[in-house]
Amino acid sequence: MLLYILKRIVYVTPVALGVSVICFLLVHLAPGDPLTSVMPIDATAEQQAEMRAAYGFDRPLIVQYFLWLWKVLHADLGNSIATGRPVLTEVSRAVVNSLILAAVATLIGFTFGTLFGFVAGYFRNSPLDKIASAISVFGVSVPHYWLGMVLVIIFSVQLNWLPSTGAGPGGSSNWRPDADHLRYIILPAITMSVIPTGIIARTLRALVADILSQEFVQALRAKGLGEWGVFKHVVTNAAPTALAVMGLQLGYLLGGSILIETVFAWPGTGFLLNAAIFQRDLPLLQGTILVLAMFFVGLNLIVDVLQTALDPRIQRG
Amino acid sequence: MNFFNKATVLGAALSIAVCSQAFAQGTLRIGMTASDIPLTTGQADNGGEGMRFMGYTVYDGLINWDLSSATKASDLAPGLAESWGLDPQDAAKTKWIFKLRDGVKFHDGSDFTADAVVWNFDKLLKNDSPQFDQRQSAQGKSRIPAVASYKVVDKLTVEITTKSPDATLPYQLAWIMMSSPAQWEKVGKSWEAFAKTPSGTGPWKLSLFVPRERAELVPNKDYWDKPRVPKLDKLVLMPLPEANARVAALRSGQVDWIEAPAPDAVASLKSAGFPIVVNAYPHNWTWHLSRAEGSPWNDIRVRKAANLAIDREGMKELLSGLMIPAEGFFPPGHQWFGHPTFKLRFDQAEAKKLLKEAGYGPDKPVVTKILISTSGSGQMSPLPMNEFLQQNLAEVGIKIQFEVVEWNQLINIWRAGSKDPSARGATGMNYSYFIQDPFTGFIRHLQCNLAPPAGTNWGYFCDPEMDKLFEQVRNTFDPKAQTAVLEKIHEKYVDEAIFLMVTHDVNARAMSPKVKGFVQAKNWFQDFSPISMDK
Repeated sequence: MLLYILKRIVYVTPVALGVSVICFLLVHLAPGDPLTSVMPIDATAEQQAEMRAAYGFDRPLIVQYFLWLWKVLHADLGNSIATGRPVLTEVSRAVVNSLILAAVATLIGFTFGTLFGFVAGYFRNSPLDKIASAISVFGVSVPHYWLGMVLVIIFSVQLNWLPSTGAGPGGSSNWRPDADHLRYIILPAITMSVIPTGIIARTLRALVADILSQEFVQALRAKGLGEWGVFKHVVTNAAPTALAVMGLQLGYLLGGSILIETVFAWPGTGFLLNAAIFQRDLPLLQGTILVLAMFFVGLNLIVDVLQTALDPRIQRG
Repeated sequence: MNFFNKATVLGAALSIAVCSQAFAQGTLRIGMTASDIPLTTGQADNGGEGMRFMGYTVYDGLINWDLSSATKASDLAPGLAESWGLDPQDAAKTKWIFKLRDGVKFHDGSDFTADAVVWNFDKLLKNDSPQFDQRQSAQGKSRIPAVASYKVVDKLTVEITTKSPDATLPYQLAWIMMSSPAQWEKVGKSWEAFAKTPSGTGPWKLSLFVPRERAELVPNKDYWDKPRVPKLDKLVLMPLPEANARVAALRSGQVDWIEAPAPDAVASLKSAGFPIVVNAYPHNWTWHLSRAEGSPWNDIRVRKAANLAIDREGMKELLSGLMIPAEGFFPPGHQWFGHPTFKLRFDQAEAKKLLKEAGYGPDKPVVTKILISTSGSGQMSPLPMNEFLQQNLAEVGIKIQFEVVEWNQLINIWRAGSKDPSARGATGMNYSYFIQDPFTGFIRHLQCNLAPPAGTNWGYFCDPEMDKLFEQVRNTFDPKAQTAVLEKIHEKYVDEAIFLMVTHDVNARAMSPKVKGFVQAKNWFQDFSPISMDK
């Protein structure tokens, strides 16, 4: 097992390097000048050249990449062009905020996704299945920014029950899990949880239905195992796939959502990315994307290891 | 306690309650359109909005803008300099003497002196000075192109020398904010640390700074301009770049004031009891026309025809009233408007006649390409507005194809000029302009030697007569005489239909009925000092 984990970690290295190349080059491919946001629009060509040199954008791209990579390897993601603040500080703060939002959205999404998936799978073609499936389809297909706006209109504007923007009464700097702050998270978390709810429910429904139709389940029942015992076998068999799907969903949630965080002005990675994109803040954009990509890589590694622990056949394969 | 004593205590308690109500004027929370708190160190970023909220609040310039009236044109006013003028001994007319205000202190308690002024210029212009700040320099250096040198004459006198005679220097200096040298020293000579605990001389002090989320400002009770000591207890700034999020925040009571409500939200906001406050200000929304070879806009008849083809009142309806139909390049009533003879009316018959005279007609329409953006600072609602224009122009025989680019890219194309391949053969560009001073309002667009890459004369316009007027502006030091020259320039802008003059934004903001005392000046910047909040 240890050897397997080490092997997986070694495999991660070229993936991480590839990710770094892609996220560095992609942001450079986008049209626009990163210095536009930090200079008055009528700055002269001479001033622009001066700024370009000051920020190192006058160097060949390959040199810029290796300089950046060298810094990254030393845990330095550079400074934001627009704010001058260290990217690592900006990203860390945003990641923490996205994590808080993702944790709540995960709790909602995974709980309801699993519930709807199992109910629909167990009671296939029954009215319960139809209701659970309808909710799942709604979750997968509804544009979440639209849902966010609708929730804001109902619960913030019309009913005035919940706040519509921000992370708390004083911002996120003193975030605590108290009622004052949790009120702010309800609407974005519900909006964010809708997609994982739908995807997990649909995946689990198909999985549970498939497992229940297999011969070993009939054999278990024939041997007189009770429904609770059968259920435990279904859970064990569904777990690796469910875990893989949940891992991916968790990755998406941790990455924040540009649309949801912008609609709710939630100061997470999505909100940060949105600002960085509009300001062409290349170091911030590169740093944020890299950190998020590394989250995915790390999560995939954890999921792989967990799956292997649950299903030793994977390791043998 | 006998009755008398009880009454005395009750009376005292009531007095305290009444007094505290009179002085406690509440907290005003504003939803800005910026996606971050503007730079807090002095030279704010985020353009006009940045200066509005983090420039003239925490800081002062040597020269400020008079923001006290909603009806009269907003002009320059003494700031940290009590008076200024050319050195009478200097025949070259390049030396200016600035007499500084005595007794002004920075928020940290240090004195504002001539040394601080020179220190601040070095911060922007002298790359090898310890306090040089690349980010502030990026914002401030291009604002003061006229400045050649500066020096301390005495504790309260500064001399500034310009590269050539330039009467527009006071307008340029109104951009330059004065940060505290003592505070910078105190926080370890670090602008990053200074950004968290900035110190200026302005009417507001920054008390809390959460990057990208929130800035809280409290009154500077020792502000030198006593009538402008803020009445509020606190001013809270929140970046809310998404228009719908701003509206929702206002309607749910999370903020009391939002900048730039979307036109389609105006009716519902009004019906829900939120006043929409508007005023004219030096902004315009135009098509900047190229005068490069081959451009159809080289013919004045085509330019005039296009200007006459626009149904500006119809566009106003489209924008729920949030615009001022253009009557010139500057908004009607502006101090430099003058008396143009070409009236910007909606007259399709006259437009068709002019096009016919120019050799165009139903069988031979003018066909050309215009660059537009999907969004952008000051661009209002560019897509529906440009489509509206496209339809108007098609009705008289001008067929427009759009080249749609992203705002950031449009800025780069604007800098590169209409002859640059990045312009993709377009002969016009939809661009909205900050036109608050002679340089940004007139000179930068049309002076011959400011064609790219030297400047932002995007369309390569060149007219010696216009250049002569620009020189006159720079050499006319008497404000009244200078205004007369600026009027002449504006008349020429309009009479020669140099731009497609469409509309002016109205600086709309929606606010809670609790907000009292706000006077919306005809300016990009505003004064938050007279505002109070109803209980």
